[in-house]
Amino acid sequence: MLKINDLKAGIEDVEILKGINLSVNKGEVHAIMGPNGSGKSTLSAVIAGNETYEVNSGSILFDGEDLLDLDPDQRAHKGVFLSFQYPVEIPGISVSNFIKAAITEKRKVLGLGPISAKELLSSMKEKMELLSMKKGYLSRNMNEGFSGGEKKRNEIFQMAMLEPKLAILDETDSGLDIDALRIVANGVNKLKSKENATIIITHYQRLLDYIVPDFVHVLHNGRIIKSGGKELAHELEEKGYDWVTKEADEKWGY
Amino acid sequence: MKKEELSEDELLDQVTSTEYKYGFTTKMDSDTIPKGLSEDVVRLISKKKNEPEWMLKYRLEAYKIWLSMEEPDWANVKYKKPNYQDIIYYSAPQPKKKLDSLDDLDPELKKTFDKLGISVNEQKRLSNVAVDIVMDSVSVATSFKSTLAKLGIIFCSISEAIQEHPELVKRYLGTVVPSGDNFFSALNAAVFSDGSFCYIPKGSKCPMELSTYFRINEAGTGQFERTLLIADEGSYVSYLEGCTAPQRDENQLHAAVVELIALDNAEIKYSTVQNWYPGNKDGIGGVFNFVTKRGICHKNSKISWTQVETGSAVTWKYPSCILKGDNSVGEFFSVAVTNNFQQADTGTKMIHLGKNSKSTIIAKGICAGKSDGSYRGLVHISKGAKNSRNFSQCDSLLMGDKCGSHTFPYIEVKNNSSQVEHEATTSKIGEDQIFYCNQRGIGTEEAIALIVNGYCKDVLNQLPMEFAVEAQKLLEISLEGSVG
Ligand SMILES: Nc1ncnc2c1ncn2[C@@H]1O[C@H](COP(=O)(O)OP(=O)(O)OP(=O)(O)O)[C@@H](O)[C@H]1O
Ligand SMILES: [Mg+2]
Repeated sequence: MLKINDLKAGIEDVEILKGINLSVNKGEVHAIMGPNGSGKSTLSAVIAGNETYEVNSGSILFDGEDLLDLDPDQRAHKGVFLSFQYPVEIPGISVSNFIKAAITEKRKVLGLGPISAKELLSSMKEKMELLSMKKGYLSRNMNEGFSGGEKKRNEIFQMAMLEPKLAILDETDSGLDIDALRIVANGVNKLKSKENATIIITHYQRLLDYIVPDFVHVLHNGRIIKSGGKELAHELEEKGYDWVTKEADEKWGY
Repeated sequence: MKKEELSEDELLDQVTSTEYKYGFTTKMDSDTIPKGLSEDVVRLISKKKNEPEWMLKYRLEAYKIWLSMEEPDWANVKYKKPNYQDIIYYSAPQPKKKLDSLDDLDPELKKTFDKLGISVNEQKRLSNVAVDIVMDSVSVATSFKSTLAKLGIIFCSISEAIQEHPELVKRYLGTVVPSGDNFFSALNAAVFSDGSFCYIPKGSKCPMELSTYFRINEAGTGQFERTLLIADEGSYVSYLEGCTAPQRDENQLHAAVVELIALDNAEIKYSTVQNWYPGNKDGIGGVFNFVTKRGICHKNSKISWTQVETGSAVTWKYPSCILKGDNSVGEFFSVAVTNNFQQADTGTKMIHLGKNSKSTIIAKGICAGKSDGSYRGLVHISKGAKNSRNFSQCDSLLMGDKCGSHTFPYIEVKNNSSQVEHEATTSKIGEDQIFYCNQRGIGTEEAIALIVNGYCKDVLNQLPMEFAVEAQKLLEISLEGSVG
C-alpha cells in the first residue's frame, strides 16, 4: 500500500530525512521509534504533504501513485490520515462543524452530496462511544482549551470519522492517562481491518502492548537503521538506543 | 515531484480575479435631474417629491450648513475627493406608479433582485421578512405593509412617511444626527431622496424582521438615503439592511444617515450586510461609503448594531450609541473585510450619559491584498454616568504582508465608579492551521473560509439566521484566493 523509496527531505539546506525506505502493506501495523529529533514527525509531515519541508529526492508511492504529486488535501482524500503530535487550535469552529466540513469535502471528491445531519450525528455518537468521549466535545471549538489528552483523543475521533486507509499516529500516547491510553488503543484496534494500515510513532512499549505491531523500525538521524518484529521494541525499552545508534553512527560517519 | 506551488504574489493576485458578483446594471428608464448641486437642485428634489414646506425648509437649512463645512480628512483613508458638482442627486426608476405589492414590480427590477439573489417572492414566502427596496434613490416597493399595519407598525419609505406621518417625522428627524453633525450628514439632509421609515408603537414586538435593500444603479448618481427608526416605549424590532451596486469605473458616492430612537424599555437590533462595489483589482472605481449611523437609548433601552462590511472602495462609518437613559445598553458587533485596494476606517462611539449604562464592542477586521483597515472607536463615560461599563475587543486578522491594520481606541472616563476594558489582538492565519485542515481533506480556500468564519463567529452569531448565511457567503467571496 505504502512504499517509500530513498526519501530525502529537509528545510532549506538542512537535510532531515536522509534516505528513508519503508514498505507498509494492507493490514499491517508498523511502529517507528527513535530518539528525540531523529526525524519521526518530519517523516509523517512529509507523507502528509506539509510544505514546510522540501523534498529533495525519492518517492512515496501510495497504492501505486506518488503522493508527492498531490496536495495535502488530495492525499487526505486518498485515505492518508495523520494524528498530529501537536494538534492545532481552530478558534470559533466547533468539533462537529469541523468534522462536517472534512466529511463534506471528502464526499465531494467521491461525487456525493452533503451528508444528512441525522446520519452525521448518529455516526459521531457511535464513534464517541467507541472512544468514551463526553457529549460536550462536539460543541467545543477545535482543540481550543483542550487538555493534552483531550487533543489526542480528538485526533483519534477524527480518524474514526474519516476511516482512512493509512493512519499515522504521531505520539498519540503522549499526554494520555493510563485509562485513556487503553480506551484510545482499543478504539484504534477496533478500527483496524485487513484493508487499512497503521504507522505508530511512539517512545514507549506501553502503547505497543495494546496495539501490537507487526514491524518495529528505529529511526535515527534521518535513516531507518534497524527493523525487526515486536520483540525489537522490548529490547529497546530494556537497553535504550545506544547499542543500535552506535553501530549506525560508525557506518554513516556521524 | 511536487506540484508547482503558487508564490504568495500569485496567490494574492488570484484574489483580485474574483469578480464582484453583483456587478451588472439594470436597463430601466429613469427620471434623472441634471448633475450638480445648488439651492435650486434642493428645491427641485423637494418639489419632485411633493414635499410640505417644513421639509423644504429643513433641506435648505442643511444645504446652507453644508456650504459652510469642509470635507473631513482625519480618517485613515486616502481618496480623491468627489466633485460634488459632478454628481446626479436624484434618479428615480420609471414608471413611478405606486405599488401595493411586490408582484406589481417592474419586471426589469424584479430581474435585478433575482440576480442579487434576493428573490423577493421567496423571501416573502419563506423568511417572514418585510422588504423595502431603495434603488438609486427611490423606494420601490414595500411588502407586508398590511400585516404590519394591523399591529400599528409603520414601515414605509421616508418619502411616504413625510406625506402620511409628518408629525412623527417632524418630531424625530435630525434629533440624533443633526444636519450640522458632519459634512456628509449635512449633504444628506439637503438632498436625500429616499430611505426607510419605521415606527413601532408602545409595547409592540415586531413579529418579523424588517429589511431594506439598497442598490445604486444609475451611472453618475449618488445615493443619499435616510433611515429613521423609532421604537416606542417597551417595543422591539429587528431591522436588516443590505447594499449592492453595479461595477463602474468611476467612484460613486453613498452618503447615508441612519437615526435610531429607542424610547424607554425599547430594543432595536440593526443589522447591515454591506457589499457595495469595492472597485477593481487596480483600485479603479468603487463606492465611497460615507455613512453616519447613530442611535439614542432612553431608560432601560438597548440598541445593537451588527455590521458585516465587505464592500466599498472607501468606508467611513461609525455606528454609534448615545446611552442617555439610566441602565441603557449599547452594542456594536462588526466584521470589516478589506481586500485589494479597499480602505475602511470604521468603528463606533459609545457615549455613556445615563447611570449603569453598559456597552460592548466586538470589532473584527480582516485585511487582505493591499488594503488598509482601521478600527476607530470612542468610549466616553461622562461624569454623571456612574457605574457604567464598557468592554471592547478589537481583533485584526491579516492575510499576506501587503495589507495594513490599525486600531485607534479613544477612551474618556470622567468618573471613578465606571469600568472600561479594552482588548486588542492582531493575528495571521497560521500555515499550521491551514495544513491541519488540508490534512483532513479541507482544501486551502475552504480552510480559510472556515478559519475566517471561526474568527468572526461572535459577530455572525448576532445576525438573524438567513442573513448570517448570506454574510458567510460574502466573506468567502471577498476573500477567495487571498492566501498568505
Ligand atoms: N520546521 C522546522 N524547522 C527547523 N528545524 C526543524 C523543523 N522541523 C524539524 N526540524 C528539525 O529536524 C529534526 C527532526 O525533527 P522531528 O520533529 O522530525 O523529530 P522527532 O523524531 O519527531 O522528535 P520527537 O521524538 O522529539 O518528537 C530536529 O532536529 C528538528 O529540530
Ligand atoms: Mg516528533
